[in-house]
Amino acid sequence: MYIILAWRNLWRNRRRTLIILTAVIIGISSMIVMAAFSRGTVQGMVSNSINNLVGHIKIEHQQHPADPAIEHRIITPEKLLRQITAMLPPGSRVVQRIRADAMLSTSREHVGLVLVGIDPDLEQGVSFIGRPPAQGTLFGNQNQGGIIVGRSLLKKINGKLGQKVVITCQGADGTNIAKAFRIQGVFATELESTERAFAFVQLHTMQQMLGVGNDITEIAIQLPDNNGNPPVDLAATTAFLQANVSDKQLLARNWRQMLPAISSYLEMFDGFMLIWYLIVFLAMAFGLVNTMLMAVYERMREFGLLQALGMRPGCIIKMVMSELLLLLTFGCSISSVAAFITVHFFFSSGIDLAIFAEGAEFWGISRIIYPLLTSWDIIAANSVVLLLGMFTGLYPALRATKFSPVQTMRHV
Amino acid sequence: MAIVTVNNVSRIYHQGKTEFKALDDVSLTINKGEFTALAGPSGSGKTTLLNLIGGIDTADKGTILLDGQDLSSLKKGELADLRLQDIGFVFQSFNLIPVLTAAENVEYILRLQKIPSSIRRQKVKAILADVGLADKADQRPSELSGGQQQRIAVARAVVASPAIVLADEPTANLDSVTGQKLLDLMQQMNTDKQVTFVFATHDKMVMDYARRVITLKDGRIADDIRK
Repeated sequence: MYIILAWRNLWRNRRRTLIILTAVIIGISSMIVMAAFSRGTVQGMVSNSINNLVGHIKIEHQQHPADPAIEHRIITPEKLLRQITAMLPPGSRVVQRIRADAMLSTSREHVGLVLVGIDPDLEQGVSFIGRPPAQGTLFGNQNQGGIIVGRSLLKKINGKLGQKVVITCQGADGTNIAKAFRIQGVFATELESTERAFAFVQLHTMQQMLGVGNDITEIAIQLPDNNGNPPVDLAATTAFLQANVSDKQLLARNWRQMLPAISSYLEMFDGFMLIWYLIVFLAMAFGLVNTMLMAVYERMREFGLLQALGMRPGCIIKMVMSELLLLLTFGCSISSVAAFITVHFFFSSGIDLAIFAEGAEFWGISRIIYPLLTSWDIIAANSVVLLLGMFTGLYPALRATKFSPVQTMRHV
Repeated sequence: MAIVTVNNVSRIYHQGKTEFKALDDVSLTINKGEFTALAGPSGSGKTTLLNLIGGIDTADKGTILLDGQDLSSLKKGELADLRLQDIGFVFQSFNLIPVLTAAENVEYILRLQKIPSSIRRQKVKAILADVGLADKADQRPSELSGGQQQRIAVARAVVASPAIVLADEPTANLDSVTGQKLLDLMQQMNTDKQVTFVFATHDKMVMDYARRVITLKDGRIADDIRK
């Protein structure tokens, strides 16, 4: 009966109900869409970071993070690779790399960068370099003299495919080594800084060049699912690897340990979202209280009549709260559908932030943001509005019980 | 058998610093099955007395017993329960809940009393037939005439078989023919079902129908005539 009465009362003043309903829908939809946009941004940052040669877990010499010199490398890693692969869940990918600071020179330009030796076949699905290059091709097994550079670097050195460049770096014995390569491919990433920072050659070519035999500087692991939330306990897997690798000189770290700023931001993200919900709700709350007070005051006589007929104050509170509950439930349902449609149909191809690219890149944000709608955000936004909305409704509901039947019946 | 006993009741209203004595040391007894009118000019205290008997106002002095129960000893919630179970109200206007149909308005009291739906339906159907509005069951108050609305209000007041029905100027907004029909209806219910009616009125027609007329003047009982 309360629900029927509440529903009919709600539509007594159709215009007022529609106005407050519109405010609720806009409020909740904006909460959810904004949350999806923010979460998509953060997820993009995480994905970029993980794909940026970090991986979910990385194993390297314990001195290497602080001093990435070639002497801090992993010696004869074959046994270690077999050992690690056996310890990981099925579907995990393991790649080995060698990296060294280097100078890339053309006849006109000298650019400092990090030269990375990779096995291109294994990099697929692990890092951005596993994707087909924007121009040219990845090096095959036969081509040992090819180098892949970033699009921005190519532009900076005013180079082109097939152009010869010279790489200079320090070998394992401490001597300077110079080797010529031809630009065979150009990679493109979300971040220009990445395109300028790295150049790639074949793993064994670089091992030969540096004179390190089969040694490498890092083992990167991609756990099943490449969105930063692997279906295994990241911290536990990292700790397990650290405890079980035979070489105690090695250090296993996961991406949260390697990227503490992003990790901390992620931990605070849900809190930020809740604060955002509360701010939007606060604006909405004034409208809700005002609407309910108006609805209550214009029905003073009715509440007086109901009390005279024997309705207990608790039942009057229940009646007013039922109206608010219906209004909010209706608003929440429409808002959630509207937010879902907005995210999935209007923003499914992403939001292009190209005009803010430089500023966005400073924070590691992708040029194209794909909003990410999660059930948590939908539930949190709706819960905040429903719970706090009902709380704000208590005041008008309590006011409705304060009308004396005698006074209200006299009121015309 | 007394259904209402009013003992030395006074009620004073305050408007700013001015005091207005609406009732001054009033005592009376109303027995079960009576058809009583509280008469008197405006401001004589008849509505105040009706409100006090109905438990929607409280006396400043004296006691009111309804069916043996002292109203001043009851808390707000208990008074609400008493009104729900033992008292039926008919007001001058604005009697019905506008968003409910005629049948739903009548049924509402039974719902509050938590009466099972099958019994509710039976009672509502029967009482609407008694007041001659069975065909208007699904119409909202705005679709009914003033007289029909008052008849629905009477149906709601008596549907739960209360100990007493208090009617405040029930015919004030009705034309004489409609008012007479309403009074006929209430008189019939009084005769057939022994429902006790107390009216606050200054309508001569209501006084003519009443078997007892208590006249109030300046908050005191000026006359008490049994016909």
